Amino acid sequence: MNGFSFNLHGTALVALGSGALWWPEQQLLCVSDLHLGKTERIARRGGAQLPPYETQDTLTRLEHDLSATKARKVISLGDSFDDLEAARALPETERRWITRLQVDRQWYWVEGNHDPGPVDMGGRHLQELALGRLTFRHIARPGARGEVSGHYHPKACVRARGRAISRPAFLYDTDRLILPAYGTFTGGLRSHADVLSRLMQPGTHAVLTGATPVAVPMPR
Amino acid sequence: MTPLPPRFAEWFATKGWHIHPHQQHMLDRSDDPALLLIAPTGGGKTLSGFLPSLVDLADGRHEGMHTLYISPLKALAADIKRNLTTPVADMHLPITIEERTGDTSQSRRKRQRADPPHILLTTPESLALLVSYEDAPRMFKGLKRVVIDEIHALAESKRGDQMMLGLARLQTFCPDLKRVGLSATVEDPAAIAHFMARHPDPCEILMADPGPAPDIQMLTTDEAPPWSGGGAAYAIPAVLDQVRQHNTTLIFHNTRAQAEIFFHNLWLANDDSLPIGIHHGSLDRQQRERVEAAMVRGDLRAIVCTGTLDLGIDWGDVDLIIQIGAPKNVKRLVQRIGRANHRYNAPSKALLVPANRFEVVECVAALDAVLAGELDGEPRGPGPRDVLCQHILITACAGPFDADALYVEFMSVGAYADLSRAEFDACLDFCATGGYALRAYDRWQRLIKREDGHWQLRDPRAAQRIRMNIGTIQDTDTLKVRMRRNRGGKPLGEIEEGFAASLTPGDTFLIGGQIVRYEGLREMTVEVSRDAAKKPKIATFMGTKFATSTQLSDRVQRMFTQDSWPGLPAHTAEWLHLQREVSQLPQPGRLLIESFPHDGREQTVIYGFAGRNGQQTLGLLLTKRMEEMGLHPMGFVATDYATLIWGLDAVRDPGPLFDLEALQNGLETWLAGNAVMKRTFRASATIAGLIERNTPSARKSGRQATFSSDILYDTLQRYDPDHLMLQITREEAMRGLVDFGRVEQLIARIEGRIDHRRLTRVTPLSAPLFLEAGRIPVKGEAEERLLAEEAARLMEASGLAQLAPPPANKPRWRVGY
Repeated sequence: MNGFSFNLHGTALVALGSGALWWPEQQLLCVSDLHLGKTERIARRGGAQLPPYETQDTLTRLEHDLSATKARKVISLGDSFDDLEAARALPETERRWITRLQVDRQWYWVEGNHDPGPVDMGGRHLQELALGRLTFRHIARPGARGEVSGHYHPKACVRARGRAISRPAFLYDTDRLILPAYGTFTGGLRSHADVLSRLMQPGTHAVLTGATPVAVPMPR
Repeated sequence: MTPLPPRFAEWFATKGWHIHPHQQHMLDRSDDPALLLIAPTGGGKTLSGFLPSLVDLADGRHEGMHTLYISPLKALAADIKRNLTTPVADMHLPITIEERTGDTSQSRRKRQRADPPHILLTTPESLALLVSYEDAPRMFKGLKRVVIDEIHALAESKRGDQMMLGLARLQTFCPDLKRVGLSATVEDPAAIAHFMARHPDPCEILMADPGPAPDIQMLTTDEAPPWSGGGAAYAIPAVLDQVRQHNTTLIFHNTRAQAEIFFHNLWLANDDSLPIGIHHGSLDRQQRERVEAAMVRGDLRAIVCTGTLDLGIDWGDVDLIIQIGAPKNVKRLVQRIGRANHRYNAPSKALLVPANRFEVVECVAALDAVLAGELDGEPRGPGPRDVLCQHILITACAGPFDADALYVEFMSVGAYADLSRAEFDACLDFCATGGYALRAYDRWQRLIKREDGHWQLRDPRAAQRIRMNIGTIQDTDTLKVRMRRNRGGKPLGEIEEGFAASLTPGDTFLIGGQIVRYEGLREMTVEVSRDAAKKPKIATFMGTKFATSTQLSDRVQRMFTQDSWPGLPAHTAEWLHLQREVSQLPQPGRLLIESFPHDGREQTVIYGFAGRNGQQTLGLLLTKRMEEMGLHPMGFVATDYATLIWGLDAVRDPGPLFDLEALQNGLETWLAGNAVMKRTFRASATIAGLIERNTPSARKSGRQATFSSDILYDTLQRYDPDHLMLQITREEAMRGLVDFGRVEQLIARIEGRIDHRRLTRVTPLSAPLFLEAGRIPVKGEAEERLLAEEAARLMEASGLAQLAPPPANKPRWRVGY
């Protein structure tokens, strides 16, 4: 599977088809909005009993990307857990799984609106992280430059010969990059949404995830 | 011969009736362990079933429940109660009769458990619930007879399997229980006898006089039927004409959506304002009851309906049946025709209305089959194990059980007579642990083994949840529809959740024959207002899309071998001649494939005659093979007789596509991720108790259930591919929605005899396929290619291509998926 290579603020990056961001120079993999423990939280709040397998699914894909890229650093860019209680309630097997993924890697948990505090798990906990010419934070800040964020779960839709193809997408312009949600069953916000149109400059690209990531002008 | 007691003989005499021979026979054989009566409607069938009970109860000495009556429909139970009350009241018999269904009030149910009536009328689901109570042995104490009505309908579904498992339970309580089955005409009575009798008890089959042959014809119209579609709007004037000429007409449709559209069009053309009603399963109960009542009073001249009216409810003076659309299945057609004219010994009258040109052929084939007395049906195979899982849990609700005894009990059910101990143990293990991949989650660990070796619920509170989820009916998930008012307007019926999700405020659709506008969703209820629009966006009730039976498909194929078709209307015969001229007609034992370019794409048509579900599965598997072969398929559409596939590249050699082994592998792997398979899994997982539709706090919406079942399915596929639920899903895939069994039959039948026609343009026989709804896109390489092309075009057009970094001269990043 190919990645899509592009430049952000003088930094060469690769958008992977899985929805993860690869920064070759730093050997760094960044994923956003894992929402681990989502079914646990639904069960806790609504009483609906959903099988808690979405966490396994998300971790399986993450493990795959990690071994394929041999990443040395990992940033989980906020909303890593569906809420802090979900982080605490994560089953032992999944907790150990995460620990296993963290072996020999620098691991950063950036806080998100769903998980605004430290979690009882290895790795560093940060509100945001500056690295090289880039800043990693959960929610995009207007006016920021060289910023990588998540939060909005963007997706984009392209019409090709009468067929609408809609997929989670990376959005980037010269100043910022917004990552798609990596977690299983996290839903998406169409790139047409006002908030995304306001944030992103004219000339923004949307990179659709999938077998081969493909860039198009961001549909507005 | 057992003489009729004087009180009964007098009653028959005052009514001016004679006892029917089969009623006498039922009385004579009332000590048989099992008896199956096959009789046409109107032959006093119900009374035959109850006569031995009434006679036995007449002296008033029996205490407790005597006879249990089970029917597939709640409405039928109510109807029977009415019909039984008459003789009981007339003869002053000391017999109590009560019904117990989902509609019975809580207080009455409680009382029934404490003080059961002599005759209890119920449904398979209510029976399952009753045997789940600890006091079931007390409630059914003294039970002597069980009467199963419309058993042919139950024998075709999992509801019947559940019922027979429940009966096995009762038989354990009351070893002398006698079973009586009442059935309409079926192709294989022995199979039903095997299904209903305690295995290996014998079961005698009584055939009542079938009555005169029906008078059945195809409706001829001046206007030719259209090329495709199922609406039959062209026939509206002719149908109205027929309604005018008869007292009461039943107009049957194959799907609810078609019934709605037809009813709407009928009203637009109904200049004489004939009283016509509509009745189908998606309508609100009150609405349905109102139509039923009007029908019984004889106020209606016609009713547009679907399968809900198929079963034996007594509908007064029906003298004409009209079937819109090809009947798909000869047996169902015959049973529907049986609805008309309830006078015994008068021929029923029926008209078939083909909805499109191909259905003309199918209708003629069906007529031939009816005249030849040839019914169709597929043997059902062994009883499904998801029902077994549910029944194990139901048994556990009633109290601790011994696994060996339960296994013996299960084997006394005909459908499960061949159940191996290993298969049984797998079900028991699933109920106890959830299976290997789920062993870590205690919500699925529901049984524990006690020190005395008996099994019981691990948490007694689970009984409530299990009872809430009893049943095997898998309704598509529906939402209620109401008129928008201040405080909850009139309920209209239900629509599918998926359809509701596709609506935006202002959209219009048909329900209950009126056009309504979608206003919004409030607390899981769709709110609508009246709308005067002429053309609605139509409710896509999934309904049931029946597949044409194997036997009927064979007949159609045999018709294609004729030199000419004097039996067909000229327009249809000409169409077939034209097909023979430009290409050829499909031949029995061979497979015709046509390929030609059209609409900027390469088209391939496979005339497999495997029924709608089978052709659809064939489409899924062939597109997968084409994907592997680099032919870039983009989508397909299936009908009962053919599959049309379109893509970017032409098929040159279709032979390799039909390698059975490769197709089977396809079923295992690619279909594994397919939505149809997931739906099959979801149905079985819900029945087996893996997924709970109902919880004490709230009913789970369909979307939530889909969400959870899809995750479970994927997980089990990955971590535990031999999990019991996946085994069951694969078993189910051979029939029903996936129907891979018929694809296998097809491939075995043709043995590589393929007629491939490479043509330059659309052929007459394939033309209707291009108008067919329900096109399914294939998301494969073709989509990647389209996306890449479109992206390049967009980037170029926007000028962004110049801004984007050139394809780097360093090696591009590759991730080894």
